[in-house]
Amino acid sequence: MSTPSAPATTAAAIAAGVRDGSLKAADIVEQHLAAIATREPEIHAFNLVLADEARAAAAQIDQRVAAGEDPGPLAGVTVALKDNMCTRGIPTTCSSKILEGWRPPYDATVVSTLRDAGAIVVGKTNLDEFAMGSSTENSAFGPTRNPHDTSRVPGGSSGGSAASVAAGFSQVSFGSDTGGSIRQPAALCGVVGVKPTYGYVSRYGLIAFASSLDQIGPFTNSVEDAALMLDVIGGHDPLDSTSIPQAHPSLRDAMQQDVAGLRIGRITDLPEGADPDVVERLEVAFDTLRAAGAKIVDVQVPAFTFGLTAYYLIAPAEASSNLARYDGVRYGMRVEAADTNAMYGATRAAGFGDEVKRRIMLGTYALSAGYYDAYYGKALKVRRLISDDFDRAYQHADVLLTPTSPSVAFQFGAKGDNPLAMYLCDTYTIPSNLSGQPGMSVPFGTGAHGLPVGVQVLAGTLQEPTMFRVAAALEAAATKERGLQNGGVR
Amino acid sequence: MPDRIVKDKSGPVRITPEAAAKVAHLARLDIAPDELVRMTAQLEGMLEHFADIDALDLSAVEPMTQAFPLVNVLRADVVQPCLDRDEVLAAAPAAEDGRFRVPPMIGSGA
Repeated sequence: MSTPSAPATTAAAIAAGVRDGSLKAADIVEQHLAAIATREPEIHAFNLVLADEARAAAAQIDQRVAAGEDPGPLAGVTVALKDNMCTRGIPTTCSSKILEGWRPPYDATVVSTLRDAGAIVVGKTNLDEFAMGSSTENSAFGPTRNPHDTSRVPGGSSGGSAASVAAGFSQVSFGSDTGGSIRQPAALCGVVGVKPTYGYVSRYGLIAFASSLDQIGPFTNSVEDAALMLDVIGGHDPLDSTSIPQAHPSLRDAMQQDVAGLRIGRITDLPEGADPDVVERLEVAFDTLRAAGAKIVDVQVPAFTFGLTAYYLIAPAEASSNLARYDGVRYGMRVEAADTNAMYGATRAAGFGDEVKRRIMLGTYALSAGYYDAYYGKALKVRRLISDDFDRAYQHADVLLTPTSPSVAFQFGAKGDNPLAMYLCDTYTIPSNLSGQPGMSVPFGTGAHGLPVGVQVLAGTLQEPTMFRVAAALEAAATKERGLQNGGVR
Repeated sequence: MPDRIVKDKSGPVRITPEAAAKVAHLARLDIAPDELVRMTAQLEGMLEHFADIDALDLSAVEPMTQAFPLVNVLRADVVQPCLDRDEVLAAAPAAEDGRFRVPPMIGSGA
Protein backbone atom coordinates (compact mmCIF):
# COMPACT_ATOMS: atom_id res chain seq x y z
CA MET A 1 0.00 0.00 0.00
CA SER A 2 1.46 3.31 -1.04
CA THR A 3 0.75 6.41 0.95
CA PRO A 4 -0.99 9.26 -0.81
CA SER A 5 0.80 12.58 -0.78
CA ALA A 6 0.06 14.44 2.40
CA PRO A 7 -1.39 17.89 1.81
CA ALA A 8 1.21 20.52 2.55
CA THR A 9 -1.41 22.78 3.97
CA THR A 10 -5.05 23.78 3.58
CA ALA A 11 -6.82 25.76 0.88
CA ALA A 12 -7.54 28.42 3.46
CA ALA A 13 -3.81 28.74 4.29
CA ILE A 14 -2.80 28.81 0.63
CA ALA A 15 -5.29 31.55 -0.21
CA ALA A 16 -4.17 33.58 2.81
CA GLY A 17 -0.51 33.16 1.85
CA VAL A 18 -0.99 34.05 -1.80
CA ARG A 19 -3.11 37.05 -0.87
CA ASP A 20 -0.50 38.45 1.51
CA GLY A 21 2.36 37.68 -0.87
CA SER A 22 4.11 35.12 1.36
CA LEU A 23 3.25 32.35 -1.13
CA LYS A 24 3.39 32.42 -4.91
CA ALA A 25 0.50 30.92 -6.87
CA ALA A 26 3.08 29.82 -9.45
CA ASP A 27 4.88 27.68 -6.83
CA ILE A 28 1.63 26.13 -5.65
CA VAL A 29 0.71 25.17 -9.19
CA GLU A 30 4.17 23.68 -9.84
CA GLN A 31 3.91 21.54 -6.70
CA HIS A 32 0.64 20.06 -7.89
CA LEU A 33 1.83 19.60 -11.48
CA ALA A 34 4.88 17.77 -10.10
CA ALA A 35 2.61 15.44 -8.11
CA ILE A 36 0.58 14.85 -11.26
CA ALA A 37 3.69 14.11 -13.30
CA THR A 38 4.80 11.55 -10.72
CA ARG A 39 1.63 9.59 -10.03
CA GLU A 40 -1.02 10.43 -12.61
CA PRO A 41 0.11 7.70 -15.05
CA GLU A 42 -0.68 5.20 -12.30
CA ILE A 43 -3.84 6.82 -10.88
CA HIS A 44 -5.58 8.24 -13.99
CA ALA A 45 -7.58 10.82 -12.07
CA PHE A 46 -7.81 13.12 -15.08
CA ASN A 47 -9.36 13.09 -18.52
CA LEU A 48 -7.40 16.26 -19.21
CA VAL A 49 -4.60 18.06 -17.37
CA LEU A 50 -4.54 21.81 -18.02
CA ALA A 51 -0.89 22.53 -17.16
CA ASP A 52 -0.37 25.52 -19.48
CA GLU A 53 -3.68 27.11 -18.53
CA ALA A 54 -2.91 26.60 -14.80
CA ARG A 55 0.52 28.19 -15.14
CA ALA A 56 -0.93 31.17 -17.00
CA ALA A 57 -3.66 31.63 -14.39
CA ALA A 58 -1.11 31.44 -11.56
CA ALA A 59 1.11 34.06 -13.20
CA GLN A 60 -1.88 36.35 -13.55
CA ILE A 61 -2.79 35.96 -9.88
CA ASP A 62 0.78 36.68 -8.74
CA GLN A 63 0.77 39.77 -10.95
CA ARG A 64 -2.48 40.96 -9.43
CA VAL A 65 -1.09 40.53 -5.92
CA ALA A 66 2.08 42.42 -6.94
CA ALA A 67 -0.10 45.22 -8.35
CA GLY A 68 -1.98 45.50 -5.07
CA GLU A 69 -5.22 44.11 -6.47
CA ASP A 70 -7.51 41.65 -4.65
CA PRO A 71 -6.91 38.23 -6.25
CA GLY A 72 -10.01 36.71 -4.63
CA PRO A 73 -10.78 34.53 -1.61
CA LEU A 74 -9.40 31.35 -3.24
CA ALA A 75 -6.27 32.92 -4.71
CA GLY A 76 -3.82 30.23 -5.76
CA VAL A 77 -6.00 27.31 -4.69
CA THR A 78 -5.72 24.53 -7.25
CA VAL A 79 -8.98 22.85 -8.21
CA ALA A 80 -9.88 19.83 -10.32
CA LEU A 81 -13.30 19.72 -11.96
CA LYS A 82 -15.34 16.62 -12.65
CA ASP A 83 -15.53 16.33 -16.41
CA ASN A 84 -19.29 16.87 -16.47
CA MET A 85 -18.94 20.58 -15.71
CA CYS A 86 -18.84 22.76 -18.81
CA THR A 87 -15.63 24.68 -19.41
CA ARG A 88 -15.75 27.06 -22.35
CA GLY A 89 -13.45 25.99 -25.16
CA ILE A 90 -12.04 23.13 -23.07
CA PRO A 91 -13.13 19.55 -23.85
CA THR A 92 -15.90 18.28 -21.58
CA THR A 93 -16.69 14.61 -22.08
CA CYS A 94 -18.67 13.13 -19.16
CA SER A 95 -16.20 10.26 -19.77
CA SER A 96 -18.38 9.26 -22.72
CA LYS A 97 -17.36 8.59 -26.27
CA ILE A 98 -20.50 10.39 -27.38
CA LEU A 99 -19.08 13.73 -26.16
CA GLU A 100 -15.41 13.07 -26.88
CA GLY A 101 -13.75 16.20 -28.21
CA TRP A 102 -16.74 18.45 -27.54
CA ARG A 103 -15.79 21.98 -26.47
CA PRO A 104 -18.65 23.70 -24.64
CA PRO A 105 -19.55 27.23 -25.77
CA TYR A 106 -20.02 28.38 -22.16
CA ASP A 107 -18.73 27.92 -18.60
CA ALA A 108 -20.72 26.35 -15.78
CA THR A 109 -21.56 28.96 -13.13
CA VAL A 110 -19.43 27.06 -10.61
CA VAL A 111 -16.46 27.24 -12.96
CA SER A 112 -16.69 30.99 -13.53
CA THR A 113 -17.33 31.59 -9.81
CA LEU A 114 -14.22 29.60 -8.86
CA ARG A 115 -12.07 31.39 -11.43
CA ASP A 116 -13.36 34.78 -10.30
CA ALA A 117 -12.43 33.80 -6.75
CA GLY A 118 -8.83 33.18 -7.81
CA ALA A 119 -8.95 29.38 -7.91
CA ILE A 120 -6.78 27.71 -10.55
CA VAL A 121 -8.21 24.83 -12.61
CA VAL A 122 -5.58 22.12 -13.11
CA GLY A 123 -7.71 19.58 -14.93
CA LYS A 124 -10.93 17.78 -15.73
CA THR A 125 -11.40 14.58 -13.75
CA ASN A 126 -12.54 11.12 -14.73
CA LEU A 127 -15.98 9.79 -13.82
CA ASP A 128 -18.31 6.92 -14.48
CA GLU A 129 -19.86 7.74 -17.85
CA PHE A 130 -22.49 10.46 -17.34
CA ALA A 131 -21.97 9.98 -13.56
CA MET A 132 -23.65 6.57 -13.65
CA GLY A 133 -21.72 4.26 -11.37
CA SER A 134 -20.03 3.85 -8.00
CA SER A 135 -16.49 2.85 -8.97
CA THR A 136 -15.38 4.96 -11.99
CA GLU A 137 -15.04 1.63 -13.82
CA ASN A 138 -17.73 2.79 -16.26
CA SER A 139 -15.56 5.53 -17.79
CA ALA A 140 -15.12 5.18 -21.55
CA PHE A 141 -11.51 6.30 -21.02
CA GLY A 142 -10.50 3.66 -18.45
CA PRO A 143 -10.84 3.52 -14.67
CA THR A 144 -9.29 5.73 -12.00
CA ARG A 145 -7.26 3.96 -9.31
CA ASN A 146 -7.51 4.58 -5.58
CA PRO A 147 -4.37 6.42 -4.38
CA HIS A 148 -4.45 4.41 -1.12
CA ASP A 149 -4.32 1.07 -2.95
CA THR A 150 -4.13 1.05 -6.73
CA SER A 151 -5.67 -2.43 -6.95
CA ARG A 152 -8.89 -0.87 -5.69
CA VAL A 153 -11.51 1.52 -7.04
CA PRO A 154 -11.72 5.13 -5.85
CA GLY A 155 -15.51 4.92 -5.72
CA GLY A 156 -17.73 6.85 -8.03
CA SER A 157 -19.05 8.42 -9.91
CA SER A 158 -16.73 11.33 -9.02
CA GLY A 159 -13.78 8.96 -8.56
CA GLY A 160 -11.30 11.16 -10.41
CA SER A 161 -12.11 14.18 -8.26
CA ALA A 162 -11.76 12.20 -5.03
CA ALA A 163 -8.48 10.63 -6.17
CA SER A 164 -7.13 14.02 -7.24
CA VAL A 165 -7.39 15.41 -3.71
CA ALA A 166 -6.22 12.17 -2.07
CA ALA A 167 -3.15 12.05 -4.31
CA GLY A 168 -2.31 15.73 -3.90
CA PHE A 169 -2.94 16.50 -7.59
CA SER A 170 -5.11 19.45 -6.58
CA GLN A 171 -5.78 21.12 -3.25
CA VAL A 172 -9.53 20.68 -3.71
CA SER A 173 -11.86 19.29 -6.36
CA PHE A 174 -15.49 19.37 -7.31
CA GLY A 175 -17.91 16.64 -8.17
CA SER A 176 -21.62 16.07 -8.59
CA ASP A 177 -23.77 13.89 -6.36
CA THR A 178 -26.98 12.36 -7.71
CA GLY A 179 -27.13 9.31 -5.44
CA GLY A 180 -23.86 9.49 -3.50
CA SER A 181 -21.34 10.30 -6.22
CA ILE A 182 -19.44 12.79 -4.02
CA ARG A 183 -19.82 11.18 -0.60
CA GLN A 184 -19.04 7.56 -1.50
CA PRO A 185 -15.75 8.25 -3.37
CA ALA A 186 -14.80 10.72 -0.62
CA ALA A 187 -15.20 7.91 1.91
CA LEU A 188 -13.24 5.43 -0.21
CA CYS A 189 -10.40 7.90 -0.82
CA GLY A 190 -10.23 9.28 2.73
CA VAL A 191 -11.20 12.88 1.97
CA VAL A 192 -14.10 15.17 2.93
CA GLY A 193 -16.99 15.23 0.44
CA VAL A 194 -20.18 17.30 0.67
CA LYS A 195 -23.52 17.15 -1.09
CA PRO A 196 -25.34 20.33 -0.12
CA THR A 197 -29.10 20.90 -0.03
CA TYR A 198 -30.61 20.68 -3.52
CA GLY A 199 -30.48 24.21 -4.92
CA TYR A 200 -27.64 25.39 -2.63
CA VAL A 201 -25.15 25.43 -5.54
CA SER A 202 -26.00 26.37 -9.13
CA ARG A 203 -26.35 23.48 -11.58
CA TYR A 204 -26.02 25.77 -14.61
CA GLY A 205 -23.46 24.12 -16.86
CA LEU A 206 -23.45 20.84 -14.96
CA ILE A 207 -24.33 18.29 -17.64
CA ALA A 208 -27.60 16.80 -16.43
CA PHE A 209 -27.96 13.20 -15.27
CA ALA A 210 -31.09 13.36 -13.07
CA SER A 211 -32.05 17.00 -12.76
CA SER A 212 -34.19 16.72 -9.62
CA LEU A 213 -31.36 14.98 -7.74
CA ASP A 214 -28.04 16.35 -9.10
CA GLN A 215 -26.06 18.70 -6.89
CA ILE A 216 -22.47 19.98 -7.06
CA GLY A 217 -20.18 19.87 -4.05
CA PRO A 218 -16.51 19.91 -2.98
CA PHE A 219 -13.85 17.33 -2.11
CA THR A 220 -11.27 18.63 0.37
CA ASN A 221 -8.66 17.56 2.89
CA SER A 222 -10.44 19.30 5.73
CA VAL A 223 -13.90 20.24 6.91
CA GLU A 224 -12.90 23.89 7.02
CA ASP A 225 -11.82 23.81 3.36
CA ALA A 226 -15.16 22.27 2.41
CA ALA A 227 -16.91 25.09 4.28
CA LEU A 228 -14.75 27.64 2.48
CA MET A 229 -15.59 26.15 -0.91
CA LEU A 230 -19.33 26.15 -0.24
CA ASP A 231 -19.13 29.70 1.09
CA VAL A 232 -17.72 30.68 -2.31
CA ILE A 233 -19.84 28.58 -4.70
CA GLY A 234 -23.12 28.57 -2.75
CA GLY A 235 -25.91 31.02 -3.39
CA HIS A 236 -28.54 32.01 -5.89
CA ASP A 237 -27.90 31.83 -9.63
CA PRO A 238 -30.56 33.30 -11.93
CA LEU A 239 -29.32 30.92 -14.65
CA ASP A 240 -30.55 27.91 -12.63
CA SER A 241 -34.27 28.13 -11.96
CA THR A 242 -33.99 25.48 -9.24
CA SER A 243 -31.37 27.49 -7.39
CA ILE A 244 -32.59 28.59 -3.95
CA PRO A 245 -33.15 32.36 -4.10
CA GLN A 246 -31.45 33.31 -0.86
CA ALA A 247 -27.99 33.87 0.56
CA HIS A 248 -26.49 31.21 2.83
CA PRO A 249 -24.81 31.83 6.20
CA SER A 250 -21.04 31.32 6.35
CA LEU A 251 -20.29 27.68 7.09
CA ARG A 252 -16.75 28.57 8.02
CA ASP A 253 -18.17 30.68 10.83
CA ALA A 254 -20.85 28.17 11.77
CA MET A 255 -18.45 25.26 12.19
CA GLN A 256 -16.58 27.10 14.95
CA GLN A 257 -19.42 26.30 17.34
CA ASP A 258 -19.04 23.01 19.24
CA VAL A 259 -21.54 20.16 19.38
CA ALA A 260 -22.51 20.42 23.05
CA GLY A 261 -26.26 19.93 23.33
CA LEU A 262 -26.80 18.80 19.75
CA ARG A 263 -29.02 15.76 19.20
CA ILE A 264 -27.30 13.12 17.07
CA GLY A 265 -29.74 10.64 15.57
CA ARG A 266 -29.08 6.94 15.27
CA ILE A 267 -31.39 5.38 12.68
CA THR A 268 -32.59 2.21 14.38
CA ASP A 269 -34.16 0.79 11.22
CA LEU A 270 -31.23 1.56 8.93
CA PRO A 271 -30.87 -1.06 6.15
CA GLU A 272 -28.30 -3.70 7.05
CA GLY A 273 -25.39 -4.65 4.86
CA ALA A 274 -22.51 -2.52 6.14
CA ASP A 275 -19.30 -4.41 6.86
CA PRO A 276 -18.31 -4.85 10.55
CA ASP A 277 -15.25 -2.59 10.24
CA VAL A 278 -17.45 0.22 8.91
CA VAL A 279 -20.08 -0.29 11.62
CA GLU A 280 -17.36 -0.24 14.27
CA ARG A 281 -16.11 3.16 13.11
CA LEU A 282 -19.67 4.49 13.14
CA GLU A 283 -19.99 3.39 16.77
CA VAL A 284 -16.75 5.17 17.63
CA ALA A 285 -18.20 8.28 15.96
CA PHE A 286 -21.30 8.15 18.17
CA ASP A 287 -19.10 7.70 21.27
CA THR A 288 -16.92 10.61 20.19
CA LEU A 289 -19.84 12.98 19.81
CA ARG A 290 -21.36 11.84 23.10
CA ALA A 291 -18.06 12.58 24.82
CA ALA A 292 -18.08 16.02 23.20
CA GLY A 293 -21.37 16.83 24.88
CA ALA A 294 -23.88 15.82 22.22
CA LYS A 295 -26.87 13.64 22.97
CA ILE A 296 -27.42 10.43 21.00
CA VAL A 297 -31.09 9.79 20.20
CA ASP A 298 -32.79 6.87 18.46
CA VAL A 299 -34.91 7.76 15.45
CA GLN A 300 -36.70 5.79 12.78
CA VAL A 301 -36.73 6.45 9.04
CA PRO A 302 -38.87 3.51 7.88
CA ALA A 303 -38.86 4.45 4.20
CA PHE A 304 -35.03 4.72 4.10
CA THR A 305 -34.88 1.12 2.97
CA PHE A 306 -37.01 1.84 -0.11
CA GLY A 307 -34.64 4.57 -1.29
CA LEU A 308 -32.73 2.29 -3.61
CA THR A 309 -35.84 1.29 -5.54
CA ALA A 310 -37.25 4.80 -5.75
CA TYR A 311 -33.89 6.15 -6.88
CA TYR A 312 -33.24 3.51 -9.52
CA LEU A 313 -36.61 4.25 -11.07
CA ILE A 314 -36.54 8.06 -10.80
CA ALA A 315 -32.90 8.70 -11.74
CA PRO A 316 -32.94 6.50 -14.88
CA ALA A 317 -36.31 7.98 -15.88
CA GLU A 318 -34.87 11.49 -15.70
CA ALA A 319 -31.66 10.32 -17.38
CA SER A 320 -33.52 8.71 -20.27
CA SER A 321 -35.10 12.09 -20.92
CA ASN A 322 -31.95 14.17 -20.33
CA LEU A 323 -29.77 11.94 -22.51
CA ALA A 324 -32.21 12.11 -25.42
CA ARG A 325 -30.26 15.22 -26.45
CA TYR A 326 -27.28 13.12 -27.54
CA ASP A 327 -28.63 12.39 -30.97
CA GLY A 328 -25.72 13.25 -33.24
CA VAL A 329 -27.22 16.57 -34.32
CA ARG A 330 -25.91 19.42 -32.17
CA TYR A 331 -22.76 18.16 -30.45
CA GLY A 332 -20.55 15.16 -29.96
CA MET A 333 -20.16 12.22 -32.28
CA ARG A 334 -22.37 11.10 -35.16
CA VAL A 335 -22.54 7.77 -36.93
CA GLU A 336 -23.68 8.61 -40.45
CA ALA A 337 -26.77 6.82 -41.74
CA ALA A 338 -29.32 7.16 -44.54
CA ASP A 339 -31.93 9.00 -42.45
CA THR A 340 -32.21 10.71 -39.09
CA ASN A 341 -33.85 7.81 -37.23
CA ALA A 342 -31.16 5.39 -38.32
CA MET A 343 -28.53 8.01 -37.46
CA TYR A 344 -29.92 8.47 -33.91
CA GLY A 345 -29.98 4.75 -33.18
CA ALA A 346 -26.53 4.06 -34.60
CA THR A 347 -24.94 7.14 -32.96
CA ARG A 348 -26.34 6.37 -29.52
CA ALA A 349 -25.44 2.69 -29.78
CA ALA A 350 -21.83 3.54 -30.63
CA GLY A 351 -21.51 6.49 -28.27
CA PHE A 352 -22.97 5.20 -25.00
CA GLY A 353 -21.44 2.49 -22.80
CA ASP A 354 -23.30 -0.48 -21.31
CA GLU A 355 -24.35 1.09 -18.00
CA VAL A 356 -25.70 4.22 -19.66
CA LYS A 357 -27.68 2.11 -22.13
CA ARG A 358 -29.02 -0.01 -19.28
CA ARG A 359 -30.23 3.04 -17.40
CA ILE A 360 -31.76 4.63 -20.49
CA MET A 361 -33.60 1.36 -21.10
CA LEU A 362 -34.77 1.13 -17.49
CA GLY A 363 -35.87 4.77 -17.45
CA THR A 364 -37.64 4.57 -20.78
CA TYR A 365 -39.44 1.45 -19.57
CA ALA A 366 -40.44 3.08 -16.27
CA LEU A 367 -41.89 6.05 -18.15
CA SER A 368 -43.55 4.18 -21.01
CA ALA A 369 -47.29 4.02 -21.56
CA GLY A 370 -48.88 1.38 -19.35
CA TYR A 371 -45.98 1.25 -16.87
CA TYR A 372 -45.67 4.86 -15.76
CA ASP A 373 -48.05 4.42 -12.82
CA ALA A 374 -46.57 1.07 -11.78
CA TYR A 375 -42.99 2.30 -11.75
CA TYR A 376 -42.22 6.01 -12.09
CA GLY A 377 -45.47 7.20 -10.50
CA LYS A 378 -45.06 4.82 -7.58
CA ALA A 379 -41.42 5.80 -7.11
CA LEU A 380 -42.42 9.48 -6.81
CA LYS A 381 -44.79 8.56 -4.01
CA VAL A 382 -42.07 6.59 -2.23
CA ARG A 383 -39.88 9.66 -2.60
CA ARG A 384 -42.51 11.59 -0.65
CA LEU A 385 -42.56 8.93 2.08
CA ILE A 386 -38.79 9.16 2.44
CA SER A 387 -38.89 12.94 2.62
CA ASP A 388 -41.70 12.90 5.20
CA ASP A 389 -39.88 10.28 7.29
CA PHE A 390 -36.72 12.39 7.31
CA ASP A 391 -38.70 15.49 8.34
CA ARG A 392 -40.17 13.56 11.26
CA ALA A 393 -36.73 12.27 12.27
CA TYR A 394 -35.30 15.79 12.19
CA GLN A 395 -37.90 16.88 14.75
CA HIS A 396 -36.08 14.65 17.22
CA ALA A 397 -32.50 14.87 15.97
CA ASP A 398 -30.39 17.74 14.61
CA VAL A 399 -28.32 15.43 12.41
CA LEU A 400 -28.28 11.72 11.59
CA LEU A 401 -25.15 9.59 11.46
CA THR A 402 -24.76 6.61 9.12
CA PRO A 403 -21.96 4.85 7.28
CA THR A 404 -21.22 6.60 3.98
CA SER A 405 -20.41 3.39 2.12
CA PRO A 406 -21.19 -0.18 3.23
CA SER A 407 -17.53 -1.10 2.76
CA VAL A 408 -14.05 0.29 2.29
CA ALA A 409 -12.72 0.57 -1.27
CA PHE A 410 -13.26 -2.68 -3.17
CA GLN A 411 -11.11 -4.26 -5.86
CA PHE A 412 -11.59 -3.72 -9.57
CA GLY A 413 -14.18 -6.08 -10.99
CA ALA A 414 -15.45 -7.00 -7.51
CA LYS A 415 -19.05 -6.25 -8.45
CA GLY A 416 -18.75 -8.33 -11.59
CA ASP A 417 -21.48 -8.10 -14.18
CA ASN A 418 -24.23 -7.58 -11.59
CA PRO A 419 -25.52 -3.99 -11.77
CA LEU A 420 -27.54 -4.42 -8.58
CA ALA A 421 -24.44 -5.28 -6.55
CA MET A 422 -22.96 -1.95 -7.63
CA TYR A 423 -26.21 -0.08 -6.92
CA LEU A 424 -26.14 -1.34 -3.31
CA CYS A 425 -23.01 0.80 -2.74
CA ASP A 426 -25.39 3.77 -2.68
CA THR A 427 -27.78 2.42 -0.02
CA TYR A 428 -26.86 5.00 2.62
CA THR A 429 -26.35 8.01 0.38
CA ILE A 430 -29.38 7.83 -1.95
CA PRO A 431 -32.19 8.77 0.47
CA SER A 432 -30.91 12.31 1.06
CA ASN A 433 -30.75 12.94 -2.69
CA LEU A 434 -34.40 11.96 -2.89
CA SER A 435 -35.29 14.28 0.01
CA GLY A 436 -33.01 17.01 -1.36
CA GLN A 437 -31.28 17.34 2.00
CA PRO A 438 -27.57 17.81 2.70
CA GLY A 439 -25.11 15.08 3.57
CA MET A 440 -21.36 14.84 3.88
CA SER A 441 -18.73 12.19 4.37
CA VAL A 442 -16.00 12.79 6.92
CA PRO A 443 -12.88 10.56 6.95
CA PHE A 444 -12.99 8.74 10.27
CA GLY A 445 -10.10 6.38 10.67
CA THR A 446 -9.47 3.16 8.83
CA GLY A 447 -11.14 -0.22 8.45
CA ALA A 448 -10.24 -3.43 6.67
CA HIS A 449 -6.80 -3.47 4.97
CA GLY A 450 -5.97 -0.14 6.61
CA LEU A 451 -8.25 1.62 4.11
CA PRO A 452 -10.17 4.82 4.87
CA VAL A 453 -13.67 4.73 6.34
CA GLY A 454 -16.10 7.63 6.02
CA VAL A 455 -18.88 8.54 8.41
CA GLN A 456 -21.86 10.25 6.85
CA VAL A 457 -23.50 13.23 8.55
CA LEU A 458 -27.02 13.96 7.28
CA ALA A 459 -29.08 17.05 8.11
CA GLY A 460 -32.40 18.67 7.29
CA THR A 461 -33.00 21.10 4.44
CA LEU A 462 -30.53 24.01 4.62
CA GLN A 463 -29.16 22.75 7.94
CA GLU A 464 -25.58 22.78 6.60
CA PRO A 465 -24.37 24.92 9.53
CA THR A 466 -25.28 22.18 12.02
CA MET A 467 -23.95 19.45 9.73
CA PHE A 468 -20.57 21.22 9.56
CA ARG A 469 -20.38 21.60 13.35
CA VAL A 470 -20.74 17.84 13.70
CA ALA A 471 -18.30 17.16 10.87
CA ALA A 472 -15.71 19.41 12.50
CA ALA A 473 -16.08 17.55 15.80
CA LEU A 474 -15.62 14.19 14.07
CA GLU A 475 -12.58 15.48 12.19
CA ALA A 476 -11.00 16.80 15.39
CA ALA A 477 -11.55 13.46 17.10
CA ALA A 478 -10.15 11.50 14.15
CA THR A 479 -7.07 13.71 14.07
CA LYS A 480 -6.54 13.26 17.80
CA GLU A 481 -7.02 9.50 17.55
CA ARG A 482 -4.53 9.30 14.67
CA GLY A 483 -2.08 11.33 16.70
CA LEU A 484 -2.32 8.90 19.59
CA GLN A 485 -1.88 5.96 17.23
CA ASN A 486 1.14 7.07 15.26
CA GLY A 487 2.57 10.14 16.86
CA GLY A 488 0.68 12.63 14.78
CA VAL A 489 2.05 11.56 11.42
CA ARG A 490 -0.72 11.77 8.88
CA MET B 1 -48.97 -3.35 -25.04
CA PRO B 2 -49.88 -5.89 -22.37
CA ASP B 3 -47.33 -8.36 -23.75
CA ARG B 4 -44.56 -6.20 -22.37
CA ILE B 5 -45.19 -7.53 -18.90
CA VAL B 6 -45.67 -11.12 -17.92
CA LYS B 7 -47.21 -11.55 -14.52
CA ASP B 8 -46.36 -15.04 -13.41
CA LYS B 9 -48.38 -16.19 -10.41
CA SER B 10 -45.33 -17.92 -8.98
CA GLY B 11 -42.85 -15.16 -9.65
CA PRO B 12 -42.27 -11.47 -10.00
CA VAL B 13 -43.01 -9.09 -12.88
CA ARG B 14 -40.89 -9.96 -15.92
CA ILE B 15 -39.81 -8.14 -19.01
CA THR B 16 -39.45 -10.10 -22.25
CA PRO B 17 -36.76 -9.57 -24.92
CA GLU B 18 -39.56 -8.45 -27.28
CA ALA B 19 -40.64 -5.80 -24.80
CA ALA B 20 -37.01 -4.75 -24.31
CA ALA B 21 -36.66 -4.41 -28.09
CA LYS B 22 -39.64 -2.06 -28.12
CA VAL B 23 -38.11 0.01 -25.32
CA ALA B 24 -34.78 0.16 -27.18
CA HIS B 25 -36.62 1.51 -30.20
CA LEU B 26 -38.40 4.14 -28.09
CA ALA B 27 -35.00 5.17 -26.68
CA ARG B 28 -33.42 5.24 -30.16
CA LEU B 29 -30.76 2.70 -29.20
CA ASP B 30 -29.67 0.10 -31.73
CA ILE B 31 -29.03 -2.95 -29.58
CA ALA B 32 -27.86 -6.25 -31.06
CA PRO B 33 -30.10 -9.29 -30.36
CA ASP B 34 -27.59 -11.06 -28.09
CA GLU B 35 -26.94 -7.87 -26.15
CA LEU B 36 -30.69 -7.43 -25.80
CA VAL B 37 -31.07 -10.88 -24.24
CA ARG B 38 -28.36 -10.10 -21.70
CA MET B 39 -29.85 -6.70 -20.93
CA THR B 40 -33.35 -8.13 -20.56
CA ALA B 41 -32.09 -10.53 -17.90
CA GLN B 42 -30.42 -7.65 -16.05
CA LEU B 43 -33.55 -5.50 -16.26
CA GLU B 44 -35.60 -8.41 -15.02
CA GLY B 45 -33.33 -8.76 -12.00
CA MET B 46 -33.70 -5.08 -11.23
CA LEU B 47 -37.47 -5.05 -11.60
CA GLU B 48 -37.63 -8.05 -9.30
CA HIS B 49 -35.66 -6.15 -6.65
CA PHE B 50 -37.74 -3.01 -7.19
CA ALA B 51 -40.92 -4.95 -6.39
CA ASP B 52 -40.19 -4.23 -2.71
CA ILE B 53 -42.28 -1.06 -2.97
CA ASP B 54 -45.32 -3.03 -4.14
CA ALA B 55 -45.93 -3.89 -0.49
CA LEU B 56 -46.49 -0.22 0.37
CA ASP B 57 -49.94 1.35 0.49
CA LEU B 58 -49.36 4.54 -1.46
CA SER B 59 -53.01 5.39 -2.18
CA ALA B 60 -53.01 8.49 0.02
CA VAL B 61 -49.47 9.65 -0.81
CA GLU B 62 -48.84 12.67 -3.04
CA PRO B 63 -46.06 12.19 -5.60
CA MET B 64 -42.93 14.28 -4.93
CA THR B 65 -41.40 15.83 -8.04
CA GLN B 66 -39.08 18.46 -6.61
CA ALA B 67 -36.83 18.62 -3.60
CA PHE B 68 -37.14 22.31 -2.84
CA PRO B 69 -40.50 23.92 -3.59
CA LEU B 70 -40.14 26.78 -6.05
CA VAL B 71 -43.05 27.79 -8.28
CA ASN B 72 -43.06 29.67 -11.59
CA VAL B 73 -39.51 30.98 -11.50
CA LEU B 74 -39.41 33.89 -13.94
CA ARG B 75 -36.76 36.39 -14.90
CA ALA B 76 -37.30 39.96 -15.99
CA ASP B 77 -38.52 40.13 -19.58
CA VAL B 78 -35.38 41.79 -20.86
CA VAL B 79 -33.32 40.73 -23.87
CA GLN B 80 -30.16 38.92 -22.78
CA PRO B 81 -27.16 37.88 -24.84
CA CYS B 82 -27.27 34.27 -26.01
CA LEU B 83 -24.62 31.79 -27.10
CA ASP B 84 -22.58 32.70 -30.16
CA ARG B 85 -24.07 30.90 -33.17
CA ASP B 86 -20.79 30.15 -34.89
CA GLU B 87 -19.26 28.83 -31.67
CA VAL B 88 -22.24 26.53 -31.16
CA LEU B 89 -22.27 25.30 -34.75
CA ALA B 90 -18.53 24.70 -34.63
CA ALA B 91 -19.19 21.94 -32.08
CA ALA B 92 -21.82 20.21 -34.24
CA PRO B 93 -21.02 17.07 -36.26
CA ALA B 94 -22.23 18.86 -39.42
CA ALA B 95 -23.37 22.40 -40.14
CA GLU B 96 -24.25 24.35 -43.26
CA ASP B 97 -25.39 27.91 -43.91
CA GLY B 98 -25.61 28.73 -40.22
CA ARG B 99 -27.71 25.66 -39.43
CA PHE B 100 -27.25 22.09 -38.18
CA ARG B 101 -27.05 19.66 -41.06
CA VAL B 102 -28.80 16.27 -40.69
CA PRO B 103 -29.56 13.35 -43.01
CA PRO B 104 -33.02 13.19 -44.62
CA MET B 105 -35.85 13.02 -42.07
CA ILE B 106 -37.81 10.52 -44.16
CA GLY B 107 -35.38 7.91 -45.31
CA SER B 108 -35.14 4.67 -47.14
CA GLY B 109 -35.54 2.06 -44.46
CA ALA B 110 -36.91 3.80 -41.36
